[in-house]
Amino acid sequence: MTTVLAPVAHLGRMTLAMLASLGRVALFAMLTISHLFRPPFYLKEFAQALMTIGYFSLPVVGMTALFTGGALALQIYAGGARFNAESVVPSIVAIGMTRELGPVLGGLMVAARVASSIAAEIGTMKVTEQIDALVTLSTHPMKYLTVPRVLAATLAVPVLVGVGDIIGIMGGYLVGITRLDFNSATFLRNTIEFLEAWDVGSGLVKGAVFGFVVALMGCYYGMNSERGAQGVGRATKSAVVAASVMILATNYILTELFFTS
Amino acid sequence: MITMKDIHKAFGQNRVLRGVNLVVPKGKSMVIIGGSGTGKSILLKCILGLVNPDSGVITVAGEDVTHTDRDVLLSRFGMLFQGGALFDSLPVWHNVAFRLLRGKAALPRAEARAVAIEKLRRVGLKPDVADLFPAELSGGMQKRVGLARAIAAEPEIIFFDEPTTGLDPIMSGVINDLIREIVVEMGATAMTITHDMTSVRAIADEVAMLHDGIIQWTGPIGDMDASPDPYLQQFIHGRAKGPIEAVR
Ligand SMILES: Nc1ncnc2c1ncn2[C@@H]1O[C@H](COP(=O)(O)OP(=O)(O)OP(=O)(O)O)[C@@H](O)[C@H]1O
Ligand SMILES: [Mg+2]
Repeated sequence: MTTVLAPVAHLGRMTLAMLASLGRVALFAMLTISHLFRPPFYLKEFAQALMTIGYFSLPVVGMTALFTGGALALQIYAGGARFNAESVVPSIVAIGMTRELGPVLGGLMVAARVASSIAAEIGTMKVTEQIDALVTLSTHPMKYLTVPRVLAATLAVPVLVGVGDIIGIMGGYLVGITRLDFNSATFLRNTIEFLEAWDVGSGLVKGAVFGFVVALMGCYYGMNSERGAQGVGRATKSAVVAASVMILATNYILTELFFTS
Repeated sequence: MITMKDIHKAFGQNRVLRGVNLVVPKGKSMVIIGGSGTGKSILLKCILGLVNPDSGVITVAGEDVTHTDRDVLLSRFGMLFQGGALFDSLPVWHNVAFRLLRGKAALPRAEARAVAIEKLRRVGLKPDVADLFPAELSGGMQKRVGLARAIAAEPEIIFFDEPTTGLDPIMSGVINDLIREIVVEMGATAMTITHDMTSVRAIADEVAMLHDGIIQWTGPIGDMDASPDPYLQQFIHGRAKGPIEAVR
């Protein structure tokens, strides 16, 4: 009997462990937010984080958006041709990029790039006792390490998403006029005519949430890294996986909130 | 004065500290000796609040460390970690001046840098290392930067976790003298962990030996050689045979 039930018991334990870690993450998030508003503030660390998280992610996010926009144009064209609706390509590309693909793919790329590097950096600091050293030097690790990164990501990712939107639409436009025989002026007019401010705005809000999630996961797993190189490796992996899954989950919730009434 | 009463700490099945009682008088230099893995580093971390003991009471200057404001408490401490624990994203001088650059009594950058360079000189490092990054230094140099950081803010209580491991004999001598100076001239209270018996004799006012999770022996350095305690005798003479097993 016990051997038969073993997988069930295992599943139960996993579920409990997952719920417990969800609770810990929520606590960590609340603690981060509470430290956001209490001095001291570390401006230099914040500026540095803004640079590494925002500015240096531009190429990756830009490339992702460019190719996605291009592929999206091809797909919509092929799909639209089935019921003679090729003319929807520009507006679907614009709406698809700004509402969904810009923020989600941008967020996922930032998760891969930033959550991993934050977790590895903070994890290494943890296992080499640098976090302990910070504490003995009267510096709160949460304020010094977590807050600047989380704040920087929350502010920088929407900007990245905005840039990604523009580049993605440009990708669709380039494919549209070179491969699909669209007239340049018609493509642009269609894009602008059907795009609403909230299409872009909702994507930017999503970007901010995803930025928060990515940096938070990086910091959380880094701070809770186990000992040794293996511990840091595990922390890095968990940070990327958790950040990615949470981006997709929050994306669904936000879409539900924003677009169903 | 630091007092520890009946400190217990276990990691899972591994019962590291099993009732440590120790008093470190103010302005004295206490050296902790004991085999590798007996919990010496953990003991220091318990006092600093980096590790929470499972039970027991630790007081610093009469105040229970768990009930005092940790920032105020820690501002009186300096700590050299066993692995150095330098911030590898910051240059050497910034590591040393880390505490001086923050808080209410923060110094201007140039002044903090000057203090850092002076502290580096005291641990035998030239001013040109100030602008290097920790990763560019040798192990012994990193250790000495860690030492400079620990003493930079002239704390009242300083912990040194193996300050001379990885240093050549001459540099060990310099560091031993430095620790002695800090205690005698600045009146600081020091707790030093070391395996080096030459250092013990050079630094210590008092010696405590940790073994099997308790303080096996403690007393003034002058009494150490005459003590009949077999554990202590085996340790200070480095004998392979004795009550302490070689495989632990
Ligand atoms: N974070 C931790 N998790 C689990 N076990 C730990 C942890 N830190 C220390 N230990 C265990 O506690 C024991 C004491 O460790 P500690 O670092 O205090 O030894 P030590 O006396 O300083 O040894 P050494 O002289 O080699 O530095 C060891 O058995 C170690 O495995
Ligand atoms: Mg140790």
